[in-house]
Amino acid sequence: MATVRVLLFASYAEALGTSSLEIEVGAEPRVRDVLASVRARAGATQLPPSPLVAINERYARLDDPVGERDEVAIIPPVAGG
Amino acid sequence: MRVALVQAPIDVSAMLAEVSTASSGATTLFLGTVRDVNDARAVDGIEYSAYEAMARRELETIAREAEAQFGTPHIVVEHRIGFLALTDISIAIAVSHARRSPAMDAARYVIEEVKKRVPIWKREHYADGAREWVDPTRGHAEVRR
Repeated sequence: MATVRVLLFASYAEALGTSSLEIEVGAEPRVRDVLASVRARAGATQLPPSPLVAINERYARLDDPVGERDEVAIIPPVAGG
Repeated sequence: MRVALVQAPIDVSAMLAEVSTASSGATTLFLGTVRDVNDARAVDGIEYSAYEAMARRELETIAREAEAQFGTPHIVVEHRIGFLALTDISIAIAVSHARRSPAMDAARYVIEEVKKRVPIWKREHYADGAREWVDPTRGHAEVRR
């Protein structure tokens, strides 16, 4: 098992009631595994099927690997400007 | 080239001065401002928040792309975070270039890419007291009073 820190923002932070989570995942986790663990949390039903995800401040794909020290962020639809 | 996320009101004159050079024949200034209506609802203001470290990184990437694509290093982008009232400037993009077309195209490129890629969010505050996260991909996410 590995522990991964997940950041939440804006509407997603509001839905899950927190701006960060510590998630337990199996060996050699991928982004999709982290998302699956987040989905088990209360309030996560509001997350879309494939939300944008960043690892260490860079956009990532569902099958990208996640390391224990990585900072994973689930990014709501952006609305800057 | 310089990008920043700021809390204080954006100083547009300072940005124009920053991109001003003797070799520039054209300067473009784009301003995004808070307007009083969205989807036929009266808006009082907008609260902007960001994944700040990543937002800075993405803004810098976009400005570097514009620099390479349009051939000018004289690009300054500031995005404001926090609560903004009507008419406040949320984003300012200043570009100078020897020629007008690339000066205008570079500013256009930066604002369009900001809207696609930079992790910044806004929650509109409506005159009726409601608050709503803006979701450009599907209208509005949720309503809170």
